[in-house]
Amino acid sequence: MTSTALAAHEVAVSFGGRRVLDGVDLCVAPGETVGLRGPSGSGKSTLARVLALLHAPEAGHVTLDGHRVAGARHRLPAAVRTRVAILFQSPRAATDPRLGLADIIAEPLRATGTPEAQARARAAELADLVGLTPDLLARRPHAVSDGQLQRACLARALVHRPDYLLCDEATAMLDASTQAHLAAVVTDYQRQHAAGVLLITHDPALMARWATRVVDLPSAPRS
Amino acid sequence: MTTTREPAPVPAGTTSVAPAGTAAAPDTTSAPYTATAPDTATAAGSGGPAGTGDGRPGLLEVDGLTVRFQLRDAVVQAVTDLHLTVHPGELLAVVGESGCGKSVLAHALLGLLPGNATVTGQARLRPPTGEKHDLVGSSERHLARAVRGRVVGLVPQSPATALNPVRTGRRLLEETLRAHGRTRREAPAAAERVAADVGLDPADLDRHPHELSGGMAQRLATALALAPDPPLLLADEPTTGLDRPLVDHTLDLLRRRCDAGGAVLLITHDLAAARRIADTVAVMYASRIVERRPTGELFAAPAHPYTAGLLDALPERAFRPVPGHPPMLTDLPPGCAFAPRCDRATDVCRTPPAPFAGAPARVACHHPLTLGAP
Repeated sequence: MTSTALAAHEVAVSFGGRRVLDGVDLCVAPGETVGLRGPSGSGKSTLARVLALLHAPEAGHVTLDGHRVAGARHRLPAAVRTRVAILFQSPRAATDPRLGLADIIAEPLRATGTPEAQARARAAELADLVGLTPDLLARRPHAVSDGQLQRACLARALVHRPDYLLCDEATAMLDASTQAHLAAVVTDYQRQHAAGVLLITHDPALMARWATRVVDLPSAPRS
Repeated sequence: MTTTREPAPVPAGTTSVAPAGTAAAPDTTSAPYTATAPDTATAAGSGGPAGTGDGRPGLLEVDGLTVRFQLRDAVVQAVTDLHLTVHPGELLAVVGESGCGKSVLAHALLGLLPGNATVTGQARLRPPTGEKHDLVGSSERHLARAVRGRVVGLVPQSPATALNPVRTGRRLLEETLRAHGRTRREAPAAAERVAADVGLDPADLDRHPHELSGGMAQRLATALALAPDPPLLLADEPTTGLDRPLVDHTLDLLRRRCDAGGAVLLITHDLAAARRIADTVAVMYASRIVERRPTGELFAAPAHPYTAGLLDALPERAFRPVPGHPPMLTDLPPGCAFAPRCDRATDVCRTPPAPFAGAPARVACHHPLTLGAP
Protein backbone atom coordinates (compact mmCIF):
# COMPACT_ATOMS: atom_id res chain seq x y z
CA MET A 1 0.00 0.00 0.00
CA THR A 2 1.52 3.33 -0.96
CA SER A 3 -1.24 5.73 0.04
CA THR A 4 -0.52 8.59 2.41
CA ALA A 5 -1.54 7.32 5.83
CA LEU A 6 -0.45 5.88 9.14
CA ALA A 7 -1.62 2.30 9.12
CA ALA A 8 -1.45 -0.88 11.19
CA HIS A 9 -1.51 -4.12 9.19
CA GLU A 10 -2.44 -7.42 10.83
CA VAL A 11 -0.87 -6.25 14.08
CA ALA A 12 -0.63 -8.77 16.94
CA VAL A 13 0.55 -8.10 20.50
CA SER A 14 0.53 -10.33 23.59
CA PHE A 15 1.26 -9.59 27.22
CA GLY A 16 2.22 -12.47 29.49
CA GLY A 17 0.88 -15.06 27.06
CA ARG A 18 -2.44 -13.29 26.67
CA ARG A 19 -3.14 -12.00 23.18
CA VAL A 20 -4.34 -8.40 23.36
CA LEU A 21 -4.35 -7.56 19.65
CA ASP A 22 -4.79 -10.29 17.09
CA GLY A 23 -4.42 -9.31 13.47
CA VAL A 24 -5.76 -5.77 13.74
CA ASP A 25 -5.88 -3.34 10.81
CA LEU A 26 -6.34 0.38 11.29
CA CYS A 27 -5.65 3.31 8.99
CA VAL A 28 -5.49 7.02 9.80
CA ALA A 29 -5.40 9.32 6.75
CA PRO A 30 -4.28 12.96 6.71
CA GLY A 31 -6.98 15.37 7.85
CA GLU A 32 -9.31 12.77 9.34
CA THR A 33 -10.07 12.05 12.99
CA VAL A 34 -10.50 8.35 13.56
CA GLY A 35 -12.31 7.47 16.78
CA LEU A 36 -11.22 4.19 18.33
CA ARG A 37 -13.72 2.52 20.60
CA GLY A 38 -13.71 -0.74 22.53
CA PRO A 39 -14.32 -2.23 25.95
CA SER A 40 -11.83 -1.99 28.79
CA GLY A 41 -8.80 -4.16 28.05
CA SER A 42 -9.57 -4.52 24.33
CA GLY A 43 -6.14 -3.14 23.40
CA LYS A 44 -6.98 0.44 22.38
CA SER A 45 -4.00 1.92 24.19
CA THR A 46 -1.72 -0.87 22.99
CA LEU A 47 -2.72 -0.19 19.39
CA ALA A 48 -2.03 3.51 19.92
CA ARG A 49 1.41 2.69 21.29
CA VAL A 50 2.13 0.45 18.31
CA LEU A 51 1.07 3.23 15.92
CA ALA A 52 3.17 5.73 17.89
CA LEU A 53 6.15 3.44 17.19
CA LEU A 54 6.65 2.94 20.92
CA HIS A 55 5.92 -0.78 20.89
CA ALA A 56 7.06 -3.23 18.21
CA PRO A 57 4.27 -5.71 17.38
CA GLU A 58 4.98 -9.45 17.48
CA ALA A 59 3.37 -9.90 14.11
CA GLY A 60 2.18 -7.52 11.45
CA HIS A 61 3.66 -4.10 10.82
CA VAL A 62 3.02 -0.37 10.74
CA THR A 63 3.39 1.71 7.60
CA LEU A 64 3.84 5.46 7.31
CA ASP A 65 2.93 6.66 3.82
CA GLY A 66 3.43 3.14 2.54
CA HIS A 67 6.85 2.62 4.13
CA ARG A 68 7.26 0.00 6.81
CA VAL A 69 8.27 1.66 10.05
CA ALA A 70 7.57 -0.90 12.75
CA GLY A 71 7.76 -4.62 12.72
CA ALA A 72 11.39 -4.70 11.79
CA ARG A 73 13.59 -4.40 14.87
CA HIS A 74 15.73 -1.48 13.94
CA ARG A 75 16.15 1.97 15.37
CA LEU A 76 14.07 4.59 13.63
CA PRO A 77 15.59 7.82 12.42
CA ALA A 78 14.30 10.88 14.27
CA ALA A 79 12.90 12.26 11.02
CA VAL A 80 10.45 9.32 10.94
CA ARG A 81 9.74 9.08 14.65
CA THR A 82 8.86 12.75 15.03
CA ARG A 83 6.13 12.46 12.39
CA VAL A 84 3.89 10.68 14.90
CA ALA A 85 3.12 12.14 18.34
CA ILE A 86 1.05 10.74 21.20
CA LEU A 87 -0.80 12.36 24.07
CA PHE A 88 -1.58 10.21 27.12
CA GLN A 89 -4.36 10.35 29.71
CA SER A 90 -2.24 11.23 32.71
CA PRO A 91 0.15 14.15 32.15
CA ARG A 92 1.72 13.50 35.57
CA ALA A 93 2.84 10.06 34.49
CA ALA A 94 4.09 11.40 31.16
CA THR A 95 6.31 14.26 32.34
CA ASP A 96 9.62 14.48 34.16
CA PRO A 97 8.86 16.08 37.54
CA ARG A 98 12.26 17.77 37.59
CA LEU A 99 11.70 19.84 34.45
CA GLY A 100 9.92 23.16 34.18
CA LEU A 101 7.07 23.40 31.66
CA ALA A 102 9.23 25.32 29.17
CA ASP A 103 11.80 22.51 29.22
CA ILE A 104 9.13 19.83 28.99
CA ILE A 105 7.89 21.48 25.79
CA ALA A 106 11.37 22.13 24.32
CA GLU A 107 12.96 18.78 25.20
CA PRO A 108 12.05 16.97 21.94
CA LEU A 109 13.60 19.82 19.96
CA ARG A 110 16.82 19.70 21.96
CA ALA A 111 16.91 15.93 21.58
CA THR A 112 17.01 16.34 17.80
CA GLY A 113 19.71 19.02 17.84
CA THR A 114 17.65 22.19 17.38
CA PRO A 115 19.70 25.28 18.32
CA GLU A 116 18.83 26.48 21.82
CA ALA A 117 17.50 29.92 20.86
CA GLN A 118 15.25 28.38 18.24
CA ALA A 119 14.02 25.68 20.65
CA ARG A 120 13.09 28.31 23.23
CA ALA A 121 11.30 30.47 20.74
CA ARG A 122 9.32 27.53 19.39
CA ALA A 123 8.43 26.37 22.93
CA ALA A 124 7.15 29.85 23.79
CA GLU A 125 5.12 29.96 20.58
CA LEU A 126 3.48 26.60 21.36
CA ALA A 127 2.88 27.49 25.00
CA ASP A 128 0.92 30.47 23.77
CA LEU A 129 -0.98 28.32 21.27
CA VAL A 130 -2.18 25.89 23.96
CA GLY A 131 -3.09 28.70 26.35
CA LEU A 132 -0.25 28.58 28.88
CA THR A 133 0.63 32.01 30.25
CA PRO A 134 4.39 32.85 30.40
CA ASP A 135 4.40 32.94 34.22
CA LEU A 136 3.59 29.21 34.28
CA LEU A 137 6.50 28.15 32.08
CA ALA A 138 9.15 28.18 34.80
CA ARG A 139 7.02 26.01 37.08
CA ARG A 140 7.52 22.32 37.53
CA PRO A 141 4.65 19.81 37.23
CA HIS A 142 3.85 19.69 40.97
CA ALA A 143 3.08 23.42 40.95
CA VAL A 144 0.52 23.37 38.14
CA SER A 145 -2.92 21.80 37.74
CA ASP A 146 -3.65 18.70 35.65
CA GLY A 147 -5.20 20.89 32.99
CA GLN A 148 -2.16 23.13 32.76
CA LEU A 149 0.17 20.15 32.62
CA GLN A 150 -1.84 18.48 29.86
CA ARG A 151 -1.67 21.74 27.89
CA ALA A 152 2.12 21.53 28.18
CA CYS A 153 2.01 17.91 26.99
CA LEU A 154 -0.02 18.94 23.95
CA ALA A 155 2.48 21.69 23.17
CA ARG A 156 5.28 19.13 23.47
CA ALA A 157 3.44 16.73 21.17
CA LEU A 158 3.06 19.42 18.49
CA VAL A 159 6.59 20.79 18.77
CA HIS A 160 7.92 18.80 15.79
CA ARG A 161 4.80 19.48 13.67
CA PRO A 162 3.77 15.83 13.52
CA ASP A 163 1.67 14.52 10.65
CA TYR A 164 -0.22 12.25 13.01
CA LEU A 165 -1.39 12.86 16.57
CA LEU A 166 -2.70 10.04 18.74
CA CYS A 167 -4.88 11.12 21.69
CA ASP A 168 -5.31 8.28 24.19
CA GLU A 169 -8.03 9.46 26.60
CA ALA A 170 -6.11 12.72 26.59
CA THR A 171 -8.97 14.80 27.98
CA ALA A 172 -10.59 12.26 30.31
CA MET A 173 -9.32 13.86 33.50
CA LEU A 174 -9.93 17.45 32.41
CA ASP A 175 -12.89 19.71 33.09
CA ALA A 176 -15.26 20.47 30.21
CA SER A 177 -13.78 23.88 29.41
CA THR A 178 -10.18 22.67 29.24
CA GLN A 179 -11.29 19.68 27.17
CA ALA A 180 -13.09 21.90 24.67
CA HIS A 181 -10.10 24.22 24.44
CA LEU A 182 -7.58 21.44 23.83
CA ALA A 183 -9.89 19.88 21.25
CA ALA A 184 -10.08 23.24 19.47
CA VAL A 185 -6.28 23.56 19.47
CA VAL A 186 -5.93 20.07 17.98
CA THR A 187 -8.64 20.70 15.37
CA ASP A 188 -7.01 23.99 14.28
CA TYR A 189 -3.62 22.33 14.05
CA GLN A 190 -5.16 19.50 12.07
CA ARG A 191 -6.72 21.92 9.60
CA GLN A 192 -3.50 23.86 9.08
CA HIS A 193 -1.23 20.85 8.69
CA ALA A 194 -3.66 18.29 7.26
CA ALA A 195 -2.72 16.07 10.19
CA GLY A 196 -4.41 12.76 10.93
CA VAL A 197 -5.75 12.25 14.46
CA LEU A 198 -6.54 9.05 16.33
CA LEU A 199 -9.01 9.69 19.13
CA ILE A 200 -9.47 7.19 21.95
CA THR A 201 -12.24 8.17 24.34
CA HIS A 202 -14.94 6.49 26.41
CA ASP A 203 -17.14 9.57 26.19
CA PRO A 204 -19.79 8.99 23.52
CA ALA A 205 -20.58 12.71 23.28
CA LEU A 206 -16.95 13.63 22.67
CA MET A 207 -16.64 10.83 20.12
CA ALA A 208 -19.75 11.96 18.27
CA ARG A 209 -18.59 15.56 18.26
CA TRP A 210 -14.99 15.11 17.28
CA ALA A 211 -14.41 11.89 15.30
CA THR A 212 -15.01 11.90 11.56
CA ARG A 213 -15.05 8.09 11.50
CA VAL A 214 -15.35 5.53 14.30
CA VAL A 215 -13.70 2.11 14.45
CA ASP A 216 -14.72 -0.52 17.00
CA LEU A 217 -12.11 -2.76 18.50
CA PRO A 218 -13.64 -6.04 19.62
CA SER A 219 -12.92 -7.50 23.07
CA ALA A 220 -9.49 -9.01 23.33
CA PRO A 221 -9.38 -12.66 22.34
CA ARG A 222 -8.52 -14.86 25.31
CA SER A 223 -5.89 -17.50 24.85
CA MET B 1 -33.46 0.57 38.12
CA THR B 2 -32.51 3.59 36.15
CA THR B 3 -30.65 6.36 37.90
CA THR B 4 -30.42 8.87 35.11
CA ARG B 5 -31.80 12.18 36.26
CA GLU B 6 -33.95 13.80 33.65
CA PRO B 7 -33.88 17.56 33.63
CA ALA B 8 -36.67 18.77 35.86
CA PRO B 9 -39.37 20.78 34.16
CA VAL B 10 -38.59 24.43 34.59
CA PRO B 11 -41.34 26.30 36.39
CA ALA B 12 -43.55 28.54 34.33
CA GLY B 13 -42.66 32.17 34.68
CA THR B 14 -39.01 31.80 33.83
CA THR B 15 -39.01 32.74 30.21
CA SER B 16 -35.45 31.92 29.34
CA VAL B 17 -35.72 28.20 28.84
CA ALA B 18 -33.95 28.46 25.56
CA PRO B 19 -31.96 25.44 24.45
CA ALA B 20 -29.13 25.36 26.94
CA GLY B 21 -26.53 25.97 24.28
CA THR B 22 -27.93 29.43 23.69
CA ALA B 23 -28.64 30.32 27.28
CA ALA B 24 -25.59 32.55 27.43
CA ALA B 25 -26.97 34.91 24.81
CA PRO B 26 -27.90 38.07 26.72
CA ASP B 27 -30.94 38.91 24.58
CA THR B 28 -32.84 35.81 25.62
CA THR B 29 -32.25 36.37 29.30
CA SER B 30 -32.26 40.06 30.04
CA ALA B 31 -35.92 40.11 30.98
CA PRO B 32 -35.88 37.30 33.56
CA TYR B 33 -32.70 38.73 35.02
CA THR B 34 -34.42 42.02 35.70
CA ALA B 35 -37.33 40.19 37.21
CA THR B 36 -35.39 37.89 39.49
CA ALA B 37 -32.38 39.96 40.47
CA PRO B 38 -33.87 41.92 43.38
CA ASP B 39 -35.32 38.75 44.82
CA THR B 40 -31.95 37.05 44.60
CA ALA B 41 -30.23 39.95 46.27
CA THR B 42 -32.67 40.03 49.17
CA ALA B 43 -32.53 36.32 49.78
CA ALA B 44 -28.76 36.19 49.47
CA GLY B 45 -28.33 39.12 51.78
CA SER B 46 -30.43 37.64 54.55
CA GLY B 47 -27.58 35.31 55.50
CA GLY B 48 -29.60 32.83 57.53
CA PRO B 49 -27.89 29.82 59.06
CA ALA B 50 -27.01 26.97 56.73
CA GLY B 51 -29.43 24.11 56.45
CA THR B 52 -32.55 25.98 57.37
CA GLY B 53 -33.57 26.71 53.82
CA ASP B 54 -36.21 24.04 53.61
CA GLY B 55 -36.66 23.45 57.30
CA ARG B 56 -35.03 20.04 57.51
CA PRO B 57 -31.87 19.63 59.54
CA GLY B 58 -28.90 18.61 57.44
CA LEU B 59 -26.68 15.65 58.11
CA LEU B 60 -23.70 17.76 57.09
CA GLU B 61 -23.89 21.51 57.56
CA VAL B 62 -20.99 23.58 56.35
CA ASP B 63 -21.17 27.22 57.35
CA GLY B 64 -18.65 29.81 56.22
CA LEU B 65 -15.86 27.30 55.72
CA THR B 66 -12.65 29.03 54.67
CA VAL B 67 -9.27 27.42 54.02
CA ARG B 68 -6.03 29.31 53.48
CA PHE B 69 -2.56 27.93 52.79
CA GLN B 70 0.41 30.00 53.85
CA LEU B 71 3.23 29.78 51.33
CA ARG B 72 6.61 31.44 51.67
CA ASP B 73 5.58 34.56 49.83
CA ALA B 74 1.86 34.21 49.20
CA VAL B 75 -1.43 33.00 50.64
CA VAL B 76 -3.52 30.51 48.68
CA GLN B 77 -7.25 31.17 49.02
CA ALA B 78 -8.36 27.59 48.50
CA VAL B 79 -11.89 27.66 49.96
CA THR B 80 -13.75 30.88 50.75
CA ASP B 81 -16.89 31.36 52.84
CA LEU B 82 -18.45 28.12 51.71
CA HIS B 83 -21.94 27.09 52.77
CA LEU B 84 -23.53 23.79 51.97
CA THR B 85 -25.92 21.28 53.46
CA VAL B 86 -26.32 17.60 52.71
CA HIS B 87 -29.46 15.86 53.93
CA PRO B 88 -29.89 12.14 54.55
CA GLY B 89 -30.79 10.52 51.23
CA GLU B 90 -29.30 13.41 49.26
CA LEU B 91 -26.51 13.31 46.73
CA LEU B 92 -24.75 16.66 46.39
CA ALA B 93 -22.17 17.06 43.64
CA VAL B 94 -19.52 19.76 43.83
CA VAL B 95 -18.22 20.41 40.32
CA GLY B 96 -15.52 22.71 39.03
CA GLU B 97 -12.33 22.82 37.05
CA SER B 98 -9.05 21.48 38.39
CA GLY B 99 -7.51 23.85 40.88
CA CYS B 100 -10.78 25.49 41.98
CA GLY B 101 -10.47 24.17 45.53
CA LYS B 102 -12.93 21.28 45.48
CA SER B 103 -10.48 18.63 46.65
CA VAL B 104 -9.30 20.93 49.43
CA LEU B 105 -12.92 21.01 50.57
CA ALA B 106 -12.95 17.21 50.80
CA HIS B 107 -9.70 17.14 52.71
CA ALA B 108 -10.88 19.87 55.07
CA LEU B 109 -14.00 17.86 55.92
CA LEU B 110 -11.82 14.88 56.77
CA GLY B 111 -9.28 16.89 58.75
CA LEU B 112 -6.55 15.82 56.36
CA LEU B 113 -5.08 19.19 55.40
CA PRO B 114 -1.34 19.80 55.65
CA GLY B 115 0.20 21.85 58.45
CA ASN B 116 0.34 25.16 56.61
CA ALA B 117 -3.46 25.26 56.26
CA THR B 118 -5.67 27.56 58.33
CA VAL B 119 -9.31 26.54 58.54
CA THR B 120 -12.07 28.81 59.81
CA GLY B 121 -15.85 28.54 59.77
CA GLN B 122 -17.86 25.52 60.77
CA ALA B 123 -18.64 22.07 59.47
CA ARG B 124 -21.00 20.03 61.62
CA LEU B 125 -22.09 16.49 61.19
CA ARG B 126 -25.30 15.38 62.89
CA PRO B 127 -25.78 11.65 62.46
CA PRO B 128 -29.39 10.54 63.09
CA THR B 129 -28.08 8.42 65.93
CA GLY B 130 -25.09 9.13 68.09
CA GLU B 131 -23.18 12.26 68.90
CA LYS B 132 -22.67 15.37 66.79
CA HIS B 133 -19.23 16.14 65.47
CA ASP B 134 -17.46 19.36 64.69
CA LEU B 135 -15.27 18.61 61.70
CA VAL B 136 -13.40 21.91 62.07
CA GLY B 137 -11.42 22.36 65.23
CA SER B 138 -11.78 18.85 66.64
CA SER B 139 -8.60 17.15 67.76
CA GLU B 140 -6.87 14.76 65.41
CA ARG B 141 -7.46 12.10 68.05
CA HIS B 142 -11.22 12.62 67.93
CA LEU B 143 -11.31 12.74 64.12
CA ALA B 144 -9.26 9.58 63.83
CA ARG B 145 -11.19 7.62 66.45
CA ALA B 146 -14.75 8.77 66.01
CA VAL B 147 -15.15 10.46 62.63
CA ARG B 148 -13.05 9.24 59.71
CA GLY B 149 -14.35 5.95 58.39
CA ARG B 150 -17.08 5.74 61.04
CA VAL B 151 -19.28 8.72 60.17
CA VAL B 152 -17.54 10.00 57.04
CA GLY B 153 -16.44 7.33 54.59
CA LEU B 154 -14.05 8.23 51.79
CA VAL B 155 -14.16 6.75 48.30
CA PRO B 156 -10.69 7.74 47.15
CA GLN B 157 -9.63 9.24 43.84
CA SER B 158 -7.09 6.58 43.09
CA PRO B 159 -7.89 3.13 44.51
CA ALA B 160 -4.56 1.82 43.23
CA THR B 161 -2.71 4.01 45.70
CA ALA B 162 -5.31 3.89 48.49
CA LEU B 163 -5.32 0.11 48.97
CA ASN B 164 -2.69 -1.62 51.06
CA PRO B 165 -0.74 -3.61 48.45
CA VAL B 166 0.29 -6.44 50.79
CA ARG B 167 -3.25 -7.42 51.87
CA THR B 168 -5.88 -9.25 49.89
CA GLY B 169 -9.28 -7.64 49.42
CA ARG B 170 -10.79 -10.08 51.92
CA ARG B 171 -8.20 -9.26 54.55
CA LEU B 172 -8.71 -5.50 54.01
CA LEU B 173 -12.47 -5.82 54.36
CA GLU B 174 -12.36 -8.09 57.42
CA GLU B 175 -9.80 -5.83 59.06
CA THR B 176 -12.02 -2.80 58.46
CA LEU B 177 -15.14 -4.55 59.72
CA ARG B 178 -13.39 -5.73 62.88
CA ALA B 179 -12.02 -2.26 63.53
CA HIS B 180 -15.63 -1.11 63.46
CA GLY B 181 -16.95 -3.59 65.97
CA ARG B 182 -17.63 -6.85 64.13
CA THR B 183 -16.35 -9.96 65.86
CA ARG B 184 -13.80 -12.32 64.38
CA ARG B 185 -16.65 -14.73 63.75
CA GLU B 186 -18.97 -12.23 62.04
CA ALA B 187 -16.38 -10.51 59.87
CA PRO B 188 -15.93 -13.09 57.05
CA ALA B 189 -19.63 -13.29 56.17
CA ALA B 190 -20.04 -9.55 56.53
CA ALA B 191 -17.08 -8.99 54.21
CA GLU B 192 -18.67 -11.15 51.52
CA ARG B 193 -21.96 -9.32 51.91
CA VAL B 194 -20.34 -5.90 51.50
CA ALA B 195 -18.38 -7.19 48.51
CA ALA B 196 -21.54 -8.54 46.91
CA ASP B 197 -23.25 -5.18 47.46
CA VAL B 198 -20.70 -3.44 45.24
CA GLY B 199 -20.69 -6.19 42.62
CA LEU B 200 -17.37 -7.73 43.56
CA ASP B 201 -17.06 -11.45 42.89
CA PRO B 202 -16.10 -13.34 46.11
CA ALA B 203 -13.38 -15.11 44.10
CA ASP B 204 -11.71 -11.75 43.46
CA LEU B 205 -11.50 -11.07 47.20
CA ASP B 206 -8.49 -13.36 47.49
CA ARG B 207 -6.45 -11.25 45.11
CA HIS B 208 -4.00 -8.53 46.04
CA PRO B 209 -4.69 -5.00 44.79
CA HIS B 210 -2.17 -5.20 41.94
CA GLU B 211 -4.04 -8.20 40.57
CA LEU B 212 -7.28 -6.25 40.31
CA SER B 213 -8.38 -4.23 37.29
CA GLY B 214 -9.08 -0.54 37.80
CA GLY B 215 -12.79 -1.21 38.06
CA MET B 216 -12.42 -4.03 40.58
CA ALA B 217 -10.03 -1.92 42.68
CA GLN B 218 -12.55 0.92 42.66
CA ARG B 219 -15.30 -1.47 43.82
CA LEU B 220 -13.07 -2.75 46.61
CA ALA B 221 -12.24 0.79 47.72
CA THR B 222 -15.96 1.60 47.68
CA ALA B 223 -16.73 -1.55 49.68
CA LEU B 224 -14.14 -0.53 52.27
CA ALA B 225 -15.72 2.90 52.58
CA LEU B 226 -19.21 1.37 52.93
CA ALA B 227 -18.24 -1.41 55.36
CA PRO B 228 -18.58 0.66 58.56
CA ASP B 229 -21.91 1.99 57.23
CA PRO B 230 -21.04 5.70 57.57
CA PRO B 231 -23.98 8.11 57.36
CA LEU B 232 -21.96 10.35 55.00
CA LEU B 233 -19.89 9.16 52.07
CA LEU B 234 -17.36 11.50 50.53
CA ALA B 235 -16.38 10.56 46.98
CA ASP B 236 -13.44 12.56 45.63
CA GLU B 237 -13.19 12.13 41.82
CA PRO B 238 -14.16 8.46 42.19
CA THR B 239 -14.38 7.81 38.45
CA THR B 240 -11.16 9.30 37.08
CA GLY B 241 -9.42 6.82 34.84
CA LEU B 242 -12.29 4.35 34.61
CA ASP B 243 -13.97 3.60 31.31
CA ARG B 244 -17.62 4.43 30.75
CA PRO B 245 -19.32 1.23 31.95
CA LEU B 246 -17.22 1.25 35.13
CA VAL B 247 -17.90 4.95 35.62
CA ASP B 248 -21.62 4.29 35.38
CA HIS B 249 -21.38 1.31 37.72
CA THR B 250 -19.49 3.31 40.35
CA LEU B 251 -21.91 6.22 40.07
CA ASP B 252 -24.91 3.94 40.37
CA LEU B 253 -23.45 2.45 43.55
CA LEU B 254 -23.31 5.95 45.04
CA ARG B 255 -26.87 6.63 43.91
CA ARG B 256 -28.11 3.40 45.47
CA ARG B 257 -26.46 4.43 48.72
CA CYS B 258 -28.55 7.61 48.72
CA ASP B 259 -31.72 5.83 47.73
CA ALA B 260 -31.17 3.64 50.81
CA GLY B 261 -31.04 6.74 53.01
CA GLY B 262 -27.33 7.53 53.04
CA ALA B 263 -25.88 10.89 52.10
CA VAL B 264 -23.15 11.37 49.50
CA LEU B 265 -20.94 14.34 48.73
CA LEU B 266 -19.51 13.79 45.26
CA ILE B 267 -16.56 15.90 44.17
CA THR B 268 -15.94 15.72 40.44
CA HIS B 269 -14.89 17.59 37.31
CA ASP B 270 -17.22 15.35 35.29
CA LEU B 271 -20.50 17.15 34.59
CA ALA B 272 -22.01 14.03 33.04
CA ALA B 273 -21.39 12.16 36.30
CA ALA B 274 -23.07 14.89 38.33
CA ARG B 275 -26.01 14.95 35.95
CA ARG B 276 -26.44 11.20 36.12
CA ILE B 277 -26.75 10.85 39.88
CA ALA B 278 -26.81 14.13 41.81
CA ASP B 279 -29.92 15.65 43.41
CA THR B 280 -28.20 18.99 43.82
CA VAL B 281 -25.17 20.45 42.07
CA ALA B 282 -22.87 23.10 43.54
CA VAL B 283 -20.55 24.78 41.04
CA MET B 284 -17.24 25.93 42.49
CA TYR B 285 -15.10 28.61 40.91
CA ALA B 286 -11.91 30.12 42.32
CA SER B 287 -12.52 28.89 45.88
CA ARG B 288 -16.20 29.84 46.12
CA ILE B 289 -19.45 28.10 45.34
CA VAL B 290 -21.02 30.33 42.70
CA GLU B 291 -24.24 28.44 42.09
CA ARG B 292 -26.13 25.70 43.90
CA ARG B 293 -29.28 24.31 42.32
CA PRO B 294 -31.31 21.15 41.88
CA THR B 295 -29.57 19.15 39.13
CA GLY B 296 -32.28 19.28 36.48
CA GLU B 297 -32.74 23.02 36.85
CA LEU B 298 -29.04 23.77 36.76
CA PHE B 299 -28.52 21.83 33.54
CA ALA B 300 -31.68 23.20 31.91
CA ALA B 301 -31.22 26.85 32.86
CA PRO B 302 -27.87 27.74 34.45
CA ALA B 303 -27.97 31.07 36.29
CA HIS B 304 -24.30 31.89 36.84
CA PRO B 305 -22.44 32.88 33.66
CA TYR B 306 -19.61 30.51 34.65
CA THR B 307 -22.03 27.58 34.94
CA ALA B 308 -23.48 28.48 31.55
CA GLY B 309 -19.95 28.64 30.10
CA LEU B 310 -19.00 25.29 31.59
CA LEU B 311 -22.14 23.65 30.18
CA ASP B 312 -21.48 25.23 26.77
CA ALA B 313 -18.07 23.55 26.78
CA LEU B 314 -19.66 20.08 26.82
CA PRO B 315 -19.17 18.20 23.56
CA GLU B 316 -22.92 17.53 23.33
CA ARG B 317 -23.56 21.28 23.54
CA ALA B 318 -21.51 24.07 21.92
CA PHE B 319 -18.11 22.44 22.66
CA ARG B 320 -16.84 25.97 23.22
CA PRO B 321 -14.36 26.64 26.05
CA VAL B 322 -14.95 29.32 28.65
CA PRO B 323 -12.84 32.24 27.35
CA GLY B 324 -9.75 33.24 29.30
CA HIS B 325 -8.10 31.47 32.21
CA PRO B 326 -9.08 30.81 35.81
CA PRO B 327 -7.33 33.19 38.21
CA MET B 328 -4.50 32.12 40.47
CA LEU B 329 -5.78 31.33 43.97
CA THR B 330 -2.88 33.35 45.33
CA ASP B 331 -4.02 36.43 43.48
CA LEU B 332 -7.81 36.64 43.39
CA PRO B 333 -9.47 39.90 42.34
CA PRO B 334 -11.36 41.74 45.11
CA GLY B 335 -14.76 41.44 43.42
CA CYS B 336 -16.29 38.56 41.48
CA ALA B 337 -13.42 36.25 40.49
CA PHE B 338 -15.17 35.35 37.23
CA ALA B 339 -15.71 38.94 36.08
CA PRO B 340 -12.50 39.15 33.95
CA ARG B 341 -13.82 36.23 31.84
CA CYS B 342 -17.47 37.22 31.85
CA ASP B 343 -19.26 38.99 29.00
CA ARG B 344 -21.97 40.24 31.38
CA ALA B 345 -19.54 41.94 33.76
CA THR B 346 -20.06 45.62 34.66
CA ASP B 347 -18.52 47.97 37.21
CA VAL B 348 -20.58 46.48 40.01
CA CYS B 349 -18.71 43.17 39.54
CA ARG B 350 -15.66 44.78 41.15
CA THR B 351 -17.47 44.31 44.43
CA PRO B 352 -18.03 40.76 45.67
CA PRO B 353 -21.49 39.33 44.99
CA ALA B 354 -23.48 38.66 48.16
CA PRO B 355 -22.61 35.25 49.58
CA PHE B 356 -25.46 32.85 49.84
CA ALA B 357 -26.37 30.50 52.62
CA GLY B 358 -29.09 28.08 53.48
CA ALA B 359 -31.85 27.82 50.93
CA PRO B 360 -31.59 25.19 48.21
CA ALA B 361 -31.41 27.37 45.08
CA ARG B 362 -28.84 30.11 44.97
CA VAL B 363 -26.49 31.96 42.68
CA ALA B 364 -23.69 34.34 43.66
CA CYS B 365 -23.70 36.79 40.77
CA HIS B 366 -24.55 40.44 40.15
CA HIS B 367 -26.00 39.59 36.72
CA PRO B 368 -27.42 36.05 36.80
CA LEU B 369 -28.92 34.70 33.59
CA THR B 370 -32.04 33.26 35.13
CA LEU B 371 -33.06 31.50 38.27
CA GLY B 372 -35.34 28.57 37.61
CA ALA B 373 -36.57 28.14 41.16
CA PRO B 374 -38.96 30.63 42.72
